Order: sequence, then C-alpha cells, then structure tokens
Amino acid sequence: MNHEHITLHTQALAANPAFAFFWEATKREILLLPQCHDCGKTHWYPRLFCPFCFSSNLDWRESSGDATVYAATALSKSSDPWIVAYVELSEGPLMLTNIVDCSMDDLTIGSRLKLKFSRMSSGNFLPVFRPIT
Amino acid sequence: MKRNDKAYVAGIFEHPTRNAPDKSLVQLHAECAFGALKDAGLSATDVDGFFGGRDIPGSNVNWFIDHMNLKLRHIDSTDAGGCSPLIHVSHAVDAISSGRCNVALITLAGRPRSEQMKTGTAPRPCEPDRPDALWEVAYRPTISTAYAMMMSRHMHEYGTTLEQLAWIRVAASEHAKHNPNAMFNKPVTVDDVMRSPLVASPLRRMDCCVISDGGGAIVLVNPEIAKSLKNPLVRVIGSGHTVHGQNGGSASLTTTGASISGAIAFAEAGVTAQDFKYASIYDNFTIMVLMQLEDLGFCKKGEGGKFVADGKLISGIGPLAINTDGGGLCNNHPSNRGGITKLIEATRQLRGTAHPAVQVKDCDLALASGPGGFIGTGYAHATVVLERL
Repeated sequence: MNHEHITLHTQALAANPAFAFFWEATKREILLLPQCHDCGKTHWYPRLFCPFCFSSNLDWRESSGDATVYAATALSKSSDPWIVAYVELSEGPLMLTNIVDCSMDDLTIGSRLKLKFSRMSSGNFLPVFRPIT
Repeated sequence: MKRNDKAYVAGIFEHPTRNAPDKSLVQLHAECAFGALKDAGLSATDVDGFFGGRDIPGSNVNWFIDHMNLKLRHIDSTDAGGCSPLIHVSHAVDAISSGRCNVALITLAGRPRSEQMKTGTAPRPCEPDRPDALWEVAYRPTISTAYAMMMSRHMHEYGTTLEQLAWIRVAASEHAKHNPNAMFNKPVTVDDVMRSPLVASPLRRMDCCVISDGGGAIVLVNPEIAKSLKNPLVRVIGSGHTVHGQNGGSASLTTTGASISGAIAFAEAGVTAQDFKYASIYDNFTIMVLMQLEDLGFCKKGEGGKFVADGKLISGIGPLAINTDGGGLCNNHPSNRGGITKLIEATRQLRGTAHPAVQVKDCDLALASGPGGFIGTGYAHATVVLERL
C-alpha cells in the first residue's frame, strides 16, 4: 500500500499547528465539529472562523457520529479499492471521508453510517464511517 | 445593439503533437507562442503583454518571458487550473482596453502523457499548507472519484442515465474523426462507451478525457491592430469567472460555476444561451459537459440528459454543436488543462475554418466555458463569449 497520503497528512498537520487540538481529540475517538456561536451553523472542512457569517466565535462540539451517504465511489482497478465518499453529517455539512468495513455493493445514496476511527501508520487517527447493519 | 469592442483574437495555434517525449516543456510553450504569432501575422517583438498559468516551466511566467526575451509592459500569472486561459482572455481584454498592452500572448502547454501521469486515478500530491489538505489528503480522493460522485448524484437527483451521458462521448468521437491530430479519432457508439472499463463507479473510461501532451496559444490585440491584420475579425464581447467553492460543506455536487461565470459573460455580451449555435464546453468528463450546459441555460436544470442524447450535440444535427475538434474527450487535453483548446476551436468556428464536415453554418457567436483547479467539490469556472464581425 502506498503511504504517500499519510506522509502528506502528517506534513499538513505540521503546517496547521492551530488544529492540533482537533487531531488530539481524534485519538480519544472524538470528532469535533465547528459550530458558529453567533449564527448557529456548522461548517466543514474546519476553519478558525465561520465561513457563513465570518465570526471567530466557534464552539467545537462533539459529533453525534451519525451520517448518511451523499455520494460514494471507489477506483475499480485498484488492488486496494478504498471507498471515497461525501457523507451528510447529521449536524448538516457534507464531509469528504472514507467508508470502511464494506464494499460498494453494500452502499446506496442515503445509506445510514456511523463514525469510527482508523489508526494510520503515522499514529494519527482518521475519522471514517462504516455502514449501520 | 452596440457590442463591446475592446479586444480581438488575432492569432491561434494548437500544437499538432499529442505525444512529445522528445520535447521539453519550454519548447512546447515556445512553439505554441510562435505558432499563434505567425497565425496572427505578428512577431515576438510585437508582444507587450504576456499571460500564463502554472503550466509555464518553473510555474511562474518570469522564466518563460526571459526565455523568449519578450519586452513587455504587462504580465499576468493568474492560475485557476484548466480554465486559466479563459481568465487570461478576460484579463487581456481589460489590459488592452485600458492601454496597458496592445498585443497579448497567452500560452498553455504540458506533457502529462510523456510523464506517464495518472491524471484521474492517482491521488494528486498537493502543498501541505493548502487549507483543505489537512482534511482531505488522508482520504485519497482523486479527480475520477470526484467526478464519479457528481455523476452518481446527478443520476440520483434527476434520473440522468449512463446512456444519455455516453452520447456526449459519441458526439466528440463523431467530430474527432475529422481531426487527423485527434488522439482518438475512431467513432464510438453508445454501447462502446457503456462497455468501456469502469474507472470509478459509475464513471467509465470513455466518460473521461484523454491524457495528452501538447499545447496551444492565443494572441489578442487592440481593435486597430486587428483591422490591420488578415484574419477574420473575432472579438471578445463578454467574459466572467468565479470560484464555485465548497460553501462550508453545503455545496451541491450537481451545479457548476457555469451558472455564475456564464451569467456574467452573457450579460456583458448582451446574449442568451439560445443565441448560440456553437459552444466549446470543457469536457474533462461527460458529466461536466451535461451540468455546464444546464447551468449555462441551454436547457433546464436536470434536463441535460435529454438535451445531449441521440446525437443532438453533433454538428448539423441539433440546435447546438459543441467541441467540433473532438474536445478533451477525443482530441486533446494538454497539461491536463482544457482552456486553450476550447478557445481555439471556438475561434476556428467563428473564422469558418473548422473542418468543413463539422463547421457550423453562419457561425457568428460562440462561447468557451470550463472549470479549473479542483477544490474538493469546488473549482474555479470561467466563460468567454466571442463574436465574428
């Protein structure tokens, strides 16, 4: 398996020290979502301000972990056909992620999902989703 | 109605190569520059403005300007991915009309085929400080997985079928058969497209554009210079560009930036979609053609499938012909960027110099439209409207 993406993720972590708390929380299996204290909207991917009203007054709330498939696909010819998906979080926003513990045949748009964490070889934990069976 | 009379397309050149293992990137850019200047009847000493994106060797226009030894008054290194040349045209019109330059040169070139780049199927390396990198790279998205998801959403929301999408490739191949330089010039059928190997469900191989080496260039000039030259007069009457972003996680995968860039360009030009008989629509993937046609207003949202089906995009068959060079799907996609070839074929149509089998009769209005620079579900988008006098 190619680990280039994990190296890139580690480099991106180093380039974004302000988000260290987010990735520390993933080690406790917590996905933090930025909800604007002023306008109430939750956004993704995370910024240090609300991209809807531009307030920097954010509450970092623990995600319920519930989501549904918005769209999902996988590269056909790969020996390691990882599923890339946009999932619709119950808190609102779409999130790019991977869906694990299943094949594409198990998924349709709208399928219910639950959050889990995948340990990367770098030691960091990645929020991913699995189908609810 | 008095249309904008600010800048004219004086020269165009599409490099004939599709495979250039023996050429350097700077050589391709230079050959394209000289080709377009020759077509215009101008020389490199006439150029006083240069416009190029990150496909320039060294990723910065300075190196190429020095290499060419151009003596300039105006430079522009705007990069927004594949649609960059469309934005360069817009910026060149502004620069020319404000007197900052008189002869603007735009080049684009690349050799992803020789570099054996897996454009659609390999996760793309990106700068670690790109703001979305921390939240996306670990999931290994690729260009083809992104477009596969757009395709599945459009099929889910509007009932668009694989067969309807396949017609976009069929039309491209019917045009490419008249283009001896096209990378794929054998006509294909709907069945061929449907049976082509799955890349990322539901996206098939023939829904994807080619990976080709090559490039192109365009020269824009002020009205006075244009009228002193020999080519038919083609002017830019409208342009618009935007970034159709991810909107904080609430963007739709089934709408494109064409709804914004097209509306701006059409308003400036004083035209509507129904005025066009020819359009160059950036066709990196079949689904992107369908969604842009909807968002530009050629049909209602969700009705793109019917609009493109049954060969209606083939020149001479439906009300609108697109990409009569064979497009990115069959002809050329140099540097993985479709902007320059879209402008070139639109200009050929307006000059009446497209292949006679695909030339649209009395083509006096054309557009070039396309996305660039993928940002998750987002990207830049630009549209240019051209008119023949």
